[in-house]
Amino acid sequence: MSTSNSNSTAATYTTASAPPVIVGAGPAGIRAAQTLVAHGLRPILIDEAARGGGQIYRQPPPGFSRPPEALYGFEAGRARAVHEAWLALLPQVDYRPEHLVWNAGPGWLDVLQGERSQRLAWSQVIVATGATDRVLPLPGWTLPGVYTLGGAQVALKYQGCSIGQRVLLTGTGPLLYLVAYQIAKAGRAHGVQVAGVLDTAGWAGKIAALPALLNQPATLAKGQYFLAWLLAHGVPVHWGVQPLQVLGRERVEGLHWRDRQGREHSTEADGLALGYALRSETQLADLLDCRFEFNALNRSHLPVRDAAGRSSVAGVYLAGDGAGIQGADAAEWAGERAALALLEDRQGLAPGPRSRALDAKLAGIARFRQGLETAFPFPTDWAAQAPDELVVCRCENITAGELRQQVKDSGAPELNRLKALSRVGMGRCQGRMCGLAAAEILAHASGQPIDQVGRLRAQAPIKPLPLMAYASPGAEGTAPEND
Amino acid sequence: MNPHALKKAGLGLLHRVAETGRTPLTLLVDGQPVQALAGDTVLTAILQHQAALRHNEFSGQPRAGFCLMGACQDCWVRTPQGQRLRACSTLVSPGLSVLTHAEESPL
Repeated sequence: MSTSNSNSTAATYTTASAPPVIVGAGPAGIRAAQTLVAHGLRPILIDEAARGGGQIYRQPPPGFSRPPEALYGFEAGRARAVHEAWLALLPQVDYRPEHLVWNAGPGWLDVLQGERSQRLAWSQVIVATGATDRVLPLPGWTLPGVYTLGGAQVALKYQGCSIGQRVLLTGTGPLLYLVAYQIAKAGRAHGVQVAGVLDTAGWAGKIAALPALLNQPATLAKGQYFLAWLLAHGVPVHWGVQPLQVLGRERVEGLHWRDRQGREHSTEADGLALGYALRSETQLADLLDCRFEFNALNRSHLPVRDAAGRSSVAGVYLAGDGAGIQGADAAEWAGERAALALLEDRQGLAPGPRSRALDAKLAGIARFRQGLETAFPFPTDWAAQAPDELVVCRCENITAGELRQQVKDSGAPELNRLKALSRVGMGRCQGRMCGLAAAEILAHASGQPIDQVGRLRAQAPIKPLPLMAYASPGAEGTAPEND
Repeated sequence: MNPHALKKAGLGLLHRVAETGRTPLTLLVDGQPVQALAGDTVLTAILQHQAALRHNEFSGQPRAGFCLMGACQDCWVRTPQGQRLRACSTLVSPGLSVLTHAEESPL
């Protein structure tokens, strides 16, 4: 086992002998591990979860009995294949579930298990850290009963629970319709209903996107199926809406919203799911010193990678949604491709036929991804509409008005300066929930384009640690500011 | 924070729609026995019965988690020994005792 307590140990490994490290056991990480194993290596596979599959193919805890068809619907075949690949890998990899990589640098990762942190050396690492929901706050979004779309799906898949008896879903993206369908279908025998799907994107974009979406006809057909099912089951679906205010004092009681004609409505609900597609988990790539660039399609800064997944740092490979949102199928291809790139670099080989085939598949995803963005566009007027009293940072209760005041007082700072001044992005979530919204507020308030305001730099620990971890053998860090 | 304030909201937030045949077990929430099922997260177990897990240190407002995937850190509860648990990613165990109204420092 290649753990060590000091940086210097990293240098004692040669590229040929050190096992590659994979961070994340979702579709990308599992396919990467499988590829390395097939080429005679025994990678270290680190994952925060107890079981492989990532978020999209998250497996329920032991003791649950629903078959993949009930959990993953159309994706059951894919999910089953990924889970079977994971199971088959267990004896062939150094698998470390429930391990969190909380810090990283050249040649080392700090890995926490329970309350014990250890330093692990790497000479080649595949970063497959996945994504979380892209969230835009609205007044009342901190009320109990408001969850991300992905969170609502986790409740259903992983716990067999609906987030309410009368559930509303708002935001935009394919997940909006998928989660609405899943909740309605699973819940109808249990008195759970979907009170409405309120898409902030209009209908025109969905028509305009059809040619690009036809690049992945099966995926397009699934989306149309969910919509048709919802409409056939009497679920109200509205396009071009603006969510205005989550109603309720101690918990969600409904949503106040504006339709595309400008009329305002209040819809009762005791659960609300919210999300605007996904955002990449890039903290680890950042700590590993990968170069970032603004990516217009994702409307965020992302680590730069070549078509095979090589980052700007030798030995660091990026795969899956953690490096840019491309979806689960692309994540499997990208995981395999990154592993092949790692092997090619290790052995000084040119890309073989399989690598070239994967490159072609991944290139095809780009057009489809553009189509999704046309069908479910990010609401670029969000910051202009956000009221001053809106809580942007749910960790430390920092409002849009406070951010605007800081922008005014300090003269259009870049995002990290705004963080230092206001503490936005400095709370426990490390900006995962608020960073995007803070950047939008900053850009709007300072009159700059979104690509000019900078990006929140990752800081260790990338998630809060138990205090004991700092005192445990192998941990070198000093106590961080956010815990 | 008054522990009973959380329960005044009435029914829980989460509703079971599947997988109800699992083994029942009991945990203590604020000292009161609460029925859960093996495989529940602490978040699921608590939110069957009440509508909040904690109160925000800055606003004092109730919170019940948000992302359910270990990213938002808005579902922390404590054990009577002061250990912090992320309720969305901690499975219940028989006899587990958690507090939803523990004093917490903001930092």
